[in-house]
Amino acid sequence: MELKDKLLSSFLAFEENVNMNSDIHDIRSRAIKDFEEMGFPTKKQEAWKYTSLNKVLKHDYTVFPKKHDTIDYRDVEQYFIDDIDTYKIVFIDGIYSSHLSATTHEKIDACLMSSALNNSKYKPIIDNYFNTVAPKESLTSLNTAFSREGAFINIPKNTMADKPIQVLNFSTGNESALLVQPRNLIVVGENSHVQIIERHQSLTDQPVLTNSVTEIFADKRAIVDYYKIQNDNHNASLIDNTFIEQHRESQCSVHTFSFGGNLTRNNLNYYQKGERIDSTLKGITVIGGKQHVDHNTLVHHTEPNCESHQDYKGVFAGSSTGVFNGKIVVNKEAQKTNAFQSNNNILLDDKATINSKPQLEIFADDVKCSHGCTIGQLDDEALFYLRSRGIPLKEARALLMYAFANNVLESVKIPELKARITNIIALKLGVNVGYSL
Amino acid sequence: MLKIKNLHAKVEGLKILKGIDLTINAGEIHAIMGPNGSGKSTLSSVIAGKEEYEVTRGEINFEGEELTEFDAEERAHKGVFLSFQYPVEIPGVTVTNFMRTVINANRQAKGLKDMPANEMLKMIRDKSELLEIDRKFLSRSLNEGFSGGEKKRNEIFQMAMLEPKLAILDETDSGLDIDALRIVANGVNKLRRPDNATLVITHYQRLLDYIIPDYVHVMLDGKIVKSGGKELAYELEEKGYDWIKEEVGA
Repeated sequence: MELKDKLLSSFLAFEENVNMNSDIHDIRSRAIKDFEEMGFPTKKQEAWKYTSLNKVLKHDYTVFPKKHDTIDYRDVEQYFIDDIDTYKIVFIDGIYSSHLSATTHEKIDACLMSSALNNSKYKPIIDNYFNTVAPKESLTSLNTAFSREGAFINIPKNTMADKPIQVLNFSTGNESALLVQPRNLIVVGENSHVQIIERHQSLTDQPVLTNSVTEIFADKRAIVDYYKIQNDNHNASLIDNTFIEQHRESQCSVHTFSFGGNLTRNNLNYYQKGERIDSTLKGITVIGGKQHVDHNTLVHHTEPNCESHQDYKGVFAGSSTGVFNGKIVVNKEAQKTNAFQSNNNILLDDKATINSKPQLEIFADDVKCSHGCTIGQLDDEALFYLRSRGIPLKEARALLMYAFANNVLESVKIPELKARITNIIALKLGVNVGYSL
Repeated sequence: MLKIKNLHAKVEGLKILKGIDLTINAGEIHAIMGPNGSGKSTLSSVIAGKEEYEVTRGEINFEGEELTEFDAEERAHKGVFLSFQYPVEIPGVTVTNFMRTVINANRQAKGLKDMPANEMLKMIRDKSELLEIDRKFLSRSLNEGFSGGEKKRNEIFQMAMLEPKLAILDETDSGLDIDALRIVANGVNKLRRPDNATLVITHYQRLLDYIIPDYVHVMLDGKIVKSGGKELAYELEEKGYDWIKEEVGA
């Protein structure tokens, strides 16, 4: 059976297992209809021109994972940022793991989507925000149809989350291929601040496909810093759909670190709804082999005096492929917009590919918008300089790649996370460059 | 220490070096002077092992070994150092971290363990004083936004850290004001020992007022056409290169 048919027929069984009377039922039913009409995206669609899901969709995915074996913390410790105190919301095969988690309801809510969906206390928030910024799109609708679990983070106004929140999704699927669809909702009130670290990690050699949807709302003057660590094993693919609605004077940043996985697609969308908003989108991609990472970004400026900053860097080895498709829309009303976009890439091998495409749709006349894209090799003169000082070729290349990616790391506000990412890069490049990067 | 015999080299099919002979002994300072395009910088890059430069004939013997057999990093490990005319900017890597990487790479090549951090810091402090380098300078990204003088001082600072047997200074005086020139030259002179040697490549005689050479060679069109003592440099400064061109019939 085709995956689409399998999913459509699974929907009824899924609905029987969740609360049919909930308000969400209507939303889910509409979403499955939308997905049925649209199907999976194909390369014929402009936004999917360089990324084919064909190979990823051919596996016979289990949609309802069996209850997992418990995972020992020591076996997954390496995937946590554990040298700082954090809240933790942890899922195994899409199901909440209480013994690995550390949630809270004190001052802030860092807990489960399932409890938010079923608890009347959270009904106003769900009514106001759930599925309101996520658009009707095939993969997003598919996620909405099966939405039942994920992270629910609610920061009331004038509150600073006292520690970062880690959201970890492990998959074990030892018997068969597994499809998981986390659904996250993050609502940050006026003048509030939160830092979130998200990671998807497969613990199995079976194929895993994650189709994740995250909705983020930043109210007036809220500050949201979101970090995505994508360093999964090579049988795991990820489609990350993130939608951010920002209000007046809020600041949201998303850093995406893509090192692992088979196919990774990041759909990152910012919708600005107010003046003097700041949106930051940064990414480092270091891949090789046959890996594929696609960054598809949208920043929609609708009101005056807002800024957006995009800086994506990629290093591609082997026959890996990268895609950067960055769209900036500036409405007629959005005068004095400053929108910057930069995408720099290094291709290390002849068979490595990058497709980089800026799309600027500007309807206002008094704006500063710039985009720049570079594709190159490592600078021979710089390599010679390092080698003439006695640094061997392999280390010299690694040092230059590190230096290339480094300025994206400068804006990471959690030092322990920054150290972790630099270590992953050093490990990925397989070198010790004489000091901890 | 260094014996170059009949060295020919080309870059992208273009013959640049057309038969260089040069012998440098331990303890000596040699200067190569010549007009732009005579092949001075090519010679320094060929000795240091730049891959784009193809040696088509001749030999470069360094302490009994044929240098052309080795990669740039191996030549560095053997004690060859090139101070670049245009040092490369590497944003994101601080001077200190770069130095640590360089020192430990050279130690690893000799089978030594990494230098302990406190020892490294002391060495960096001592050597940076020699070049009158500000502490703040050490935490800046390598050569990024450095002035011409800072770049060249940083080159000689690296030389002081590595203590090479043969140092080649490629146009180290270009872009330096008189104070920076004095500091750089002073650093080079302090590093001078009976068991090391220096090859100064320069367009002008100015630097040679501070780093006094034992021998001066004149390079024209890929060949050394005249050699002499330090007085040759003054003669060149006074009369230019045309009289030599006439003398050798070029």
